[in-house]
Amino acid sequence: METAELHVHDVHSHDEHEHEHHELGFIRKYIFSEDHKTIAKQYLISGIIWAFFGGALSILFRLQLGFPGAKLEWLRPILGGWINESGKLDPEFYLALVTMHGTIMVFFVLTAGLSGTFSNFLIPLQVGARDMASGFINMLSYWFFFVSSVLMFSSLFIETGPASGGWVIYPPLSALPQAMPGSGLGMTLWLLSMTFFIISSLMGGINYICTIINLRTRGMTFTKLPLTIWAFFLTAVLGLLSFPVLLSAALLLIFDRSFGTSFYLSEIYINGEALPNVGGSAILYQHLFWFLGHPEVYIVLLPALGITSEVIATNSRKPIFGYRAMIGSMMGITALAFIVWAHHMFVTGMNPFLGSVFMFLTLIIAVPSAVKAFNYITTLWKGNIIFTPAMLFSIGLVSMFISGGLTGIILGNSALDINLHDTYFVVAHFHLVMGAASFFGLMAGVYHWFPKMFGKMMNRTAGYVHFWCTFVGVYLVFFPMHYIGIAGFPRRYYAWTQVNGFEAFADMNMFISIAAILTFTSQMVFAVNFFYSIFKGKAAPQNPWNSNTLEWTAPVNAGHGNWVGEIPAVYRWAYDYSKPGSATDFIPQNVPYSATPESNLPEENEEIATEKEIDGLLEAQNESYNR
Amino acid sequence: MNYIIGLLSAVFLVLAIMIVNKSMALSKGLQRNEEEDGYSPVDGANKNNALGMLLFLVLGSIGAAWSFKVSQPDFLPEAASEHGLKTDEMFWTSMAVITFAFFVTNALLFYFAFRYQWKKDRVATFYPVNHKLEIIWTIVPAIVMAVLVFTGWRTWSEITSQAPSNAVVVELTGKQFNWLVRYPGNDDNKLGEYDWRLIDDNNQWGMKFDDENSFDDFTSTSEIHIPKGVPVLLRIRARDVLHSVYLSYQRVKMDAVPGMPTKFWFKATKTTEEMRAELQKPDFNYKLNCTEVCGRGHFGMALTLVVDEPEDYKKWCLEQKPFLTTNPDYLAKVPEKLKAKASKYIVAPEASSDSTTASIGGTSTIVTIK
Repeated sequence: METAELHVHDVHSHDEHEHEHHELGFIRKYIFSEDHKTIAKQYLISGIIWAFFGGALSILFRLQLGFPGAKLEWLRPILGGWINESGKLDPEFYLALVTMHGTIMVFFVLTAGLSGTFSNFLIPLQVGARDMASGFINMLSYWFFFVSSVLMFSSLFIETGPASGGWVIYPPLSALPQAMPGSGLGMTLWLLSMTFFIISSLMGGINYICTIINLRTRGMTFTKLPLTIWAFFLTAVLGLLSFPVLLSAALLLIFDRSFGTSFYLSEIYINGEALPNVGGSAILYQHLFWFLGHPEVYIVLLPALGITSEVIATNSRKPIFGYRAMIGSMMGITALAFIVWAHHMFVTGMNPFLGSVFMFLTLIIAVPSAVKAFNYITTLWKGNIIFTPAMLFSIGLVSMFISGGLTGIILGNSALDINLHDTYFVVAHFHLVMGAASFFGLMAGVYHWFPKMFGKMMNRTAGYVHFWCTFVGVYLVFFPMHYIGIAGFPRRYYAWTQVNGFEAFADMNMFISIAAILTFTSQMVFAVNFFYSIFKGKAAPQNPWNSNTLEWTAPVNAGHGNWVGEIPAVYRWAYDYSKPGSATDFIPQNVPYSATPESNLPEENEEIATEKEIDGLLEAQNESYNR
Repeated sequence: MNYIIGLLSAVFLVLAIMIVNKSMALSKGLQRNEEEDGYSPVDGANKNNALGMLLFLVLGSIGAAWSFKVSQPDFLPEAASEHGLKTDEMFWTSMAVITFAFFVTNALLFYFAFRYQWKKDRVATFYPVNHKLEIIWTIVPAIVMAVLVFTGWRTWSEITSQAPSNAVVVELTGKQFNWLVRYPGNDDNKLGEYDWRLIDDNNQWGMKFDDENSFDDFTSTSEIHIPKGVPVLLRIRARDVLHSVYLSYQRVKMDAVPGMPTKFWFKATKTTEEMRAELQKPDFNYKLNCTEVCGRGHFGMALTLVVDEPEDYKKWCLEQKPFLTTNPDYLAKVPEKLKAKASKYIVAPEASSDSTTASIGGTSTIVTIK
């Protein structure tokens, strides 16, 4: 299903310029393409398909939680035996749904779909490069991701069901097929799929980093990079350093499962049999997993924050407030992201002293996050705000980021985490701060760069409707969820019949489920708008949002190589909006200071002297592409 | 019912915005025809979206406050353990701090969005940086965090400190999908050793009968009893996969890990009876739930917790029969040199009076804890 749709769209979106230069065959151009823009679209469309799929899974388990008595026989044509004789969801399938929802959303949608799409699309266009450092590795990256997707997807159709131990797949549950059916073939496929996924994201990450360091156009110093690029850069660094650790965790788990080792297993008696494994540690896995797992939160969030910085500045017609502080706080978040992982493990029985250390480090990370939120708000202050759909989603992101981030202050406190750990308070927290916030970033990116991607405009009104339904809906789903958490409801529960006071929240759960179904349904507005606009949208102008960054200087339907003729040079930062003295309210990055004497600040007049130097680099730059 | 009303009002809000948007879009379509110079990022809906921001702020704040008030009675009541009272207090203090931050920042965000909506003649203020502001909003959160961390750290250290030596010890073992309880016995007050390889259908704990401390250990699979007002040390382990002990009313949570015993000590402050009276639910029982996903029966893996007055607990303990007494077959596993000691627990029921006298030494430790 995925391949079919994917290729159909690619074919059509490229129709217009097929007659242009570069006579590549169909397959090299649309399927095994090395062009970063095509690869970005492949990631985006795969991500959107996965998002609908992952969302649909969550609706299935919300049906169980919101309407525990409901008969779901009508789902039998799709789910078959997973609906049991009494017309209810099978409890094991419920766990499988939770697990796959988490895996799909975190890795396939918010990592591949967000970072894969926009890092690929924007890095070469915004730094001024013809393509990624290695188009071939970039192509491999997508196709490894594709293989990973196919494996994960196929695990849904096997008899024993997909992996079901939660997206964190803690052993021994995930290591022992006799513990639950999902830990059989389903888990093997999960691990294989993740292995391919990690390889894919490593190849992507290496490319992003190389391109940003080596292929910036003349004049594009690090302090002139748009914040999007800074975000993608730091995201790639995070991924490059942490994904290999997940790979090692997965490999050790594969050994434990298949080759009789005892990395994670010790003193286990299961199904009437004492296993011979001794000396392993189940906690070791959790340390390895969360060493990726926590940076992963920022891997999905940082690109969203980068996109938001760009969109908010453009549509407030104001420079982003505190450009350097934004970079600094992202660097702070990146560094701290590596040393806070054990706050997921306060009650695992790990040494309480470690708990204290990780509590300190965790709460420090709130400071750079707070700085970012304040900077966004100040950017809006005294702006001239245009509510494009992208801008709406960006403002929504900031709100979600604040609301979800604040409860992190509670959960990061190990003493308070004792009661709240693994309750719905945690579920509400991370869905707001990393789930919804990143999703909003993804949507902001799609609405903002759709004209650049497809040369067409999306329907704005549909965008507004989509935003308001999603924004209100997400809050209606996740805000009340905190209450259920405060009432002590554990997560990953098929039913709460054994929990004290469960009756009191029955209608709240029903409310959340209804809100979730409505929110999910309203995403159809987006899907229709997106696919319709690819074919039938209005033709996009060169620079629809009057933005400063370099991608808008490229042709509307940029061909391979992005710019016809020379790549533009960069003379200024990306945020010269509403500069006093200037006739227009934006001055693109490729406009030299010598051309804008009326709006230059004193220190900028001094930079005019360096323009010759920048222009002198043209030859060297061209040469680097001819080597 | 309240939620349904809330939902409906929310849906109507969305619908209202949609309709307004639609109508603006139509009028925008008309405007567009007038404009000859092509695409403008601003359209007629800009005002409505700005108004939406303000509406969302007002209605959202009302909704947040109202829903909190409605849900509050159903939250967990005041904690029934000593450390729980402290963490509860800290929780609500932190909540007050973050609720304040939540309303202030969100209000600024939505208000600015509304206030500075696009106007044809307005020019945005070129305001790229202000170091003083930045320093203030770096330092203020840092100080607030430091205070929260410090109080949190102190409480955490207390909670996770060594259990008092006189604590009542109870062992909990998680397995798919129920909890096994073991008490150190009335005579020696010491838990015997265990080995997972010795587990069988009766000896689910894997108790080692070459350890004399096992002889008087008694067990249960239906409920766990603990005394009120006395430190209780839970020794926690798992047989097969990860589980997690969660006593919601006592604010106790600790994972059960196969191969790595964990522990948690606390002091319960309310007996089951007292909580029944407080909640006015005569059939209320504390529950121990599993909070680490462990398979098909995870959601049903619960155990009844009974918190007794210390005297009642002592009495209850004395009524319990050691595992060896109820399962005399295991005498065969006791090595020769300890057979004499073990057989004390095997002898006919009269022997139980014997063990009662012997147990006073054991139980007296419990009493002195008070």
